[in-house]
Amino acid sequence: MRLSHRSLTRSALIHLILGAYTVIALFPVILIAINSFKTRKAIFRSPLSLPDTESFSLIGYETVLKQGDFFGYFLNSLTVTLVSLFFVLLFGAMAAFALSEYRFRGNTLTGLYLALGIMIPIRLGTVAILQMMADLQLVNTLWSLILVYTAQGLPLAIFILSEFMRQISDDLKNAGRIDGLSEYVIFYRLVLPLVCPAMATVAVFTMIPIWNDLWFPLILAPGEETKTITLGAQVFIGQFVTNWNAVLAALTLAIVPVLVLYVIFSRQLIAGITSGAVK
Amino acid sequence: MDRQESGRKPFRWHILVFLLPATSVYTLVMIYPLAETLRLSLFREVDNSTVFVGLANFADLFFDSRWSDQFWNALWNNIYFFIVNMLVQNPIGIALAALLSIPRLRGRSFYRTAIFLPTLLSFVIVGFGWKLILSPLWGVAPTLLDFVGLKFLFAPWLGKEAYALTTVALVSVWQFIGLPMILIYAALLSIPEELMEAAECDGVTGAAQFWKIKLPLILPTIGIISILTFVGNFNAFDLIYTMQGALAGPNFSTDLLGTLLYRTFFGHQLQLGDPNMGATVATVMFLIILSGVALYLFVIQRRITRYQM
Repeated sequence: MRLSHRSLTRSALIHLILGAYTVIALFPVILIAINSFKTRKAIFRSPLSLPDTESFSLIGYETVLKQGDFFGYFLNSLTVTLVSLFFVLLFGAMAAFALSEYRFRGNTLTGLYLALGIMIPIRLGTVAILQMMADLQLVNTLWSLILVYTAQGLPLAIFILSEFMRQISDDLKNAGRIDGLSEYVIFYRLVLPLVCPAMATVAVFTMIPIWNDLWFPLILAPGEETKTITLGAQVFIGQFVTNWNAVLAALTLAIVPVLVLYVIFSRQLIAGITSGAVK
Repeated sequence: MDRQESGRKPFRWHILVFLLPATSVYTLVMIYPLAETLRLSLFREVDNSTVFVGLANFADLFFDSRWSDQFWNALWNNIYFFIVNMLVQNPIGIALAALLSIPRLRGRSFYRTAIFLPTLLSFVIVGFGWKLILSPLWGVAPTLLDFVGLKFLFAPWLGKEAYALTTVALVSVWQFIGLPMILIYAALLSIPEELMEAAECDGVTGAAQFWKIKLPLILPTIGIISILTFVGNFNAFDLIYTMQGALAGPNFSTDLLGTLLYRTFFGHQLQLGDPNMGATVATVMFLIILSGVALYLFVIQRRITRYQM
């Protein structure tokens, strides 16, 4: 009896602490979202209450949709993220396969060279990157961002994928070789399907920093045509700083895609991190 | 044929094909610009021609008061920013992970998902969201403090030189706490059941179990978290830029090396942008990060005892 009583208090305490921190983590997001649906007066008079029939208003969203080309920004972000992701996964898997499958002179050295980029942020090369993109006339194009993000994502992708590819049994690949399959077919037909779960993990890790980045869009592609959603929201909020309805609506709109992705991928993401560490 | 003639294996082209796309993009867009940036820091623009000046840019950055005041200010701010992150983010992250890994905990995945969410939000959302919440205009922060009877503590923190940097650092903690939490959580899960059962048989339970058995086992992960925090903090820019602007106000009190790099490179207000000084700042950041990573790889990582599990 006494024991179960004690364990009950203990578990209540644990839930209290975790619950309290959950509130801290979610409160700002919820606060922004509920206030974006209120009139200006209600935002200031009672920021903590939910919108009701009297205080409900979509004026902020109307301003956002009228003023900024948010749909265009969103498409830009989507294009940049998906195309970079495609190249990171394709080139990353190819390089990881070469490094994990074959013994050749310079294998370790190539691996180390490619791993440098995991720790050294690409941002530090910005001065020269801007010069190079200007020389190639790629400033204010989505290609400049795609190139940078592909280079940025490759090191970690190669590192994680080659760890996974080392675990694939040699028997399978050798059986393929005996059947006369070329190395390319072995890679594409036998190995890639087996590392799909790892690719999904890499995809999530690669995607988030690209979608959220502010630095490179600000420097390489600040033009109206090429603004990403992150930069677009930043500029919009900077201009409408005193229009609280618009700012809160813009913030809420920026949260939604991340939230949707997270709900879809959270299991994958957390399973990925957990399995990586279990090894 | 080749093999018989020369006694060597034929050149395996497929290896080159597999490696070439990744290495060329990486070399061209990452390594070359990094090297070029390091090189640019040794040159200067004089009368429309580029002149090699050795380490003169660095001398200016460190000692010429036009640059050095801002540089040392940003460097010390950055060190302080890092210390706050290490001391607040990582212990809380570890504590949350320890609680989450308690067996048979209900609602585990809900807590985990919720606490990790801020890590995925962009700096724009985090920065502006907190700016609004902390704004004395809106009054959410004082209202909330009033609930717990601490209203007297409220001040427009972001606008005060004395508090702004700490406030921004704590917002950064709020955003990134999910990372240490999830990594430590994964490390704790990987500790084998039998080990804990053996500990229980020996009468080591509860808190003692955490301190004496689990903590030593997760030290390598704590090392990884520390170096990730270090690299992230000495490269930080976005949060300051969205919350305090490129001038990192009030009066540069929240200036970090990242914002200094941005201002030096692009210029601001009356000062013109200077690519060579920008490259110099980037080189200093590179050296700081490189020495941190080297310290971790060659000293700390080797000292940490790893237990075979």
